[in-house]
Amino acid sequence: MEAIFKKLSALSATTILIILSAIFVVLFIQAKPAIEKYGFHFLVDPRWGVTVVNELKNNMNSNADVTHTNEKVNNFNEGDDIAIDDEDALAAIGGVNQNTDVVYGGLIPIVGTILSTLIAMAFAVPIAMGIAIFLAEIAPPFISKPVGIAIELLAAIPSIIYGMWGLFYFGPFISSIFGGGSVSLLVAGLVLGIMIIPFMASLTRDSMNTTPSVLKESAYAIGATKFEVIKDVIFPYAKQGIIGSMILALGRALGETMAVAFVIGGVFKFPDKITDPTVSIPVVLANNFAESSGMSYSALFYLALILFVVSFIVITFAKFYFLRDKK
Amino acid sequence: MRLLINKIVLLLSTLAAIIGLLFLFWILVTLTIKGFSSINLYLFTHDLVDNGLRNLLIGQFVLALIAVIIGVPIGIVAGIYLQEYSFNNNYAKFIRNLSDVMMSAPSIVIGTFVYAILVVPVGHQNGWAGAIALAIMMLPIVVRTTDDMLGLVPRELREAGVAIGAPKYKVIFDIIIKAAKVGIMTGLLLAFARIIGETAPLLFTSGNSEYFTLNLNEVFPSLTVAIYNLATMPDKHLVEIAWAGAFLLTLFVLIINLLGRYIIKEKIK
Repeated sequence: MEAIFKKLSALSATTILIILSAIFVVLFIQAKPAIEKYGFHFLVDPRWGVTVVNELKNNMNSNADVTHTNEKVNNFNEGDDIAIDDEDALAAIGGVNQNTDVVYGGLIPIVGTILSTLIAMAFAVPIAMGIAIFLAEIAPPFISKPVGIAIELLAAIPSIIYGMWGLFYFGPFISSIFGGGSVSLLVAGLVLGIMIIPFMASLTRDSMNTTPSVLKESAYAIGATKFEVIKDVIFPYAKQGIIGSMILALGRALGETMAVAFVIGGVFKFPDKITDPTVSIPVVLANNFAESSGMSYSALFYLALILFVVSFIVITFAKFYFLRDKK
Repeated sequence: MRLLINKIVLLLSTLAAIIGLLFLFWILVTLTIKGFSSINLYLFTHDLVDNGLRNLLIGQFVLALIAVIIGVPIGIVAGIYLQEYSFNNNYAKFIRNLSDVMMSAPSIVIGTFVYAILVVPVGHQNGWAGAIALAIMMLPIVVRTTDDMLGLVPRELREAGVAIGAPKYKVIFDIIIKAAKVGIMTGLLLAFARIIGETAPLLFTSGNSEYFTLNLNEVFPSLTVAIYNLATMPDKHLVEIAWAGAFLLTLFVLIINLLGRYIIKEKIK
């Protein structure tokens, strides 16, 4: 009995390893057709679902050319027999005979993910630091305690709520100030930032609170101001934890779907201005997954694999280099 | 000069705190106003097909509950391994770190994974796929909680159990688990609150059904997926239903979180 339970418990612990490996393997297998076809060029190819008539046109600059994949073309490639009643589809099918191809490249969602995350971090880091400093050092306990709890509770609110609020309230508010539509890269980045503020602030506050009060008191005793104590005592002491929590927040922002899906617009287009709509990897997955098939399906898995690997690396980095001594 | 810089910096960080809190406050206020104005009894007695929320609320709850039934036993036993059987060897450290990494894995990726293994073979979205996606989200949280809570149990309790000649699994189940029960239960409660608000892993696994069903082999109603679909509809009334759903969801999540905090506080007393 004892031996059985011991084996069982080890097996349960191993499920973590199994699931994570399985995610990697399954994503890889599903993405394989796209990986084989496009290789690493996928990462720098801005064309998503662009019909290319022949190989010669392959290298033409395609910003103006980006058209959404016609589902009919897709279905046709899959061999479904559907009624052909659309001239575009007819043209495309005519094209198939002339060696056409639909090209999928991931550059636009990759750039969209990076930009929205950068905006989010640029917005969230100063505010989260401000909140953390306020809670840990400035506010008296009767304020910092309830506010701290409120911040932690806000971190528990489902991200879909942030997205919905962004769509109906924050987006129009931003567009009335900065112009542009109520869905844009800017709105997405800011909503993402607001979403990670509570998370980042409470982690940062926790690491600032680990500073031994003896250190702080001795600094105050020799006449240091509060700012100097924060800058020269608390920050150096809690640096690793603070940077670690920022990277964790970054990892969360990279993979966030719902808060962004409402407000980024979901169009495959490079944003010319910050107030233009674009798309990010999680949003591409959320919007296009259920209807995709064939090569677009595989290309989506390629994107999912990229996202998984990148966030895995980011989080591992944060854990091993900055939050190591926590456990 | 030093004092001036000090004043400026403190003012700036207080200002940052106020701005941050203002945004968060704004979210809660709009949610409450919108939620209250669109909530009525009708929503609780009708399904989505008749512009109600009943099937969605039940569906979301069932999905999360099944995720708990699948994920919690594995997670607790895995946590027991890490804390009680592994003697903190390298493998346990590796699993512990891996579990922490898994906790932050993008939820949409877990959705795509479950789609590939459980939706594609079946041919249509189904409740099991949704529940398993949530269980995968939940597993690392449960492992972490169990691991931490068992770590708090005093060594003497273990030694006492071993001293009277009880086999180790008996010591674990009759003594250690009982000592850590409150902590683990609270952790489970918080993990439940976390997964019940998830949308991304459900989008293409459970999908969303307009009808009441408890058949997990079929497309399953999900509140969060429905909120996403409804909120982007042009029909004003449907958007209001989405707000009502969002309000109820947030209320539920916040209440569970507060409850969890309260239990922990009581325990420390």
